[in-house]
Amino acid sequence: MNGGQDLGGMMGYGPVEPEANEPVFHAEWERRVLAMSVAMGPAGGWSVDQSRFSRENRPAHEYLAMSYYEIWYAGLKQLLIDFELATQNEIETGKVIAPAKKLKRIIKVNEVGQMLSDGSPASRDLSGKPRFVNGDRVSARNIHPVSHTRLPRYVRGRTGVITQVLGAHKFPDAVALGDNDAAQWLYTVRFDGRELWGDEADPTVTVSVDAWESYLEQAD
Amino acid sequence: MDDDHDHGSELSPMEAKVRALETILTEKGYFDRKALDEIVETYETKIGPRNGAKVVALAWSDEAYRERLLTDASEAIAELGFTGRQGEHMVAVENTEQVHNLVVCTLCSCYPLPTLGLPPVWYKSAPYRSRAVMDPRGVLGDFGLKLPDNIEIRVWDSTAEMRYLVIPRRPAGTDGWDAERLAELVTRDSMIGTGLAKTPAQLGTPS
Repeated sequence: MNGGQDLGGMMGYGPVEPEANEPVFHAEWERRVLAMSVAMGPAGGWSVDQSRFSRENRPAHEYLAMSYYEIWYAGLKQLLIDFELATQNEIETGKVIAPAKKLKRIIKVNEVGQMLSDGSPASRDLSGKPRFVNGDRVSARNIHPVSHTRLPRYVRGRTGVITQVLGAHKFPDAVALGDNDAAQWLYTVRFDGRELWGDEADPTVTVSVDAWESYLEQAD
Repeated sequence: MDDDHDHGSELSPMEAKVRALETILTEKGYFDRKALDEIVETYETKIGPRNGAKVVALAWSDEAYRERLLTDASEAIAELGFTGRQGEHMVAVENTEQVHNLVVCTLCSCYPLPTLGLPPVWYKSAPYRSRAVMDPRGVLGDFGLKLPDNIEIRVWDSTAEMRYLVIPRRPAGTDGWDAERLAELVTRDSMIGTGLAKTPAQLGTPS
């Protein structure tokens, strides 16, 4: 969706302000939101792409006014409601009313280390061959999906070069809609800074994005 | 975005909301609170940029490892045991005299967790995400970093599940240093591209 999360090339946010000796968390509740989000993914059975969409799927002015872990809290709350694991009323009052649902998996303390160090690879087996090879000139399609996508607005309609064929990966646009088997070839596409930002842009800059095959079309 | 309004025993609005959520999910038996504690402890104390620094220092001191890292970073980093969530598919990009690499996630906060830990607030913030792709030299300026005008800047926007680790340039005056000593020069920001590795003279100064 063309939402507040798609920030590349926007203006007016001021300088980057690094915090010296920044702690990993800035409040206890941030620790708990992160941990609940990590634990509830496999428990609830939703994908990382559904999680990402649950966070970004809100009006841009709301997204941009929230801190990072406020967004995570809001996303987790929405997933719990959508998957009927808890009601809005329960979440807001802190009182259980509805019975618990049976979950796919409940993470035990002794499984955490393994779960985190195993991760969840995004690579998939796909028959056939990738359409593009290194050096191909491709354009990012001018598409505007209303749900989750990983093609940022600032490259849409722009032409770049394939610099790496990354193999087949799960396709987030479809996985976010519940099609967990969807997979496509994934490529790194390098764009000249002037192609993205105009002739006045810094000629020494290139920007690379990783793009799935259906995001791209052959350029002349 | 002030995160912590905790005054004495009074809970901030977010603290109260999150406690309520944890209470009902615990009562429903959806997780084991000890498992949550373990997740927090892992990200707060066990995983961090020290891991990435070991990777970089080994690449600096062992040419065969450097080549493996540039060819298949996932495998090479797994050799050191840094695997898993949000580091399943790694790419190492090397700074040279002619090229400087900078990593961003304009769409959210994608970051190589097993090698760098959780990202700092600025990495997830609108100022960084909006400008890193359009004005990377300006962003580097915010970090006090001025590179020669003719150096090529390669920005990597982490739009898929590939996670990027910058191999900064090895500082001068470190000939003969072993990997353990070299690792002390490798800062978090140098592995994102918003900084350089420390020089031997800067050892002991803040990152």
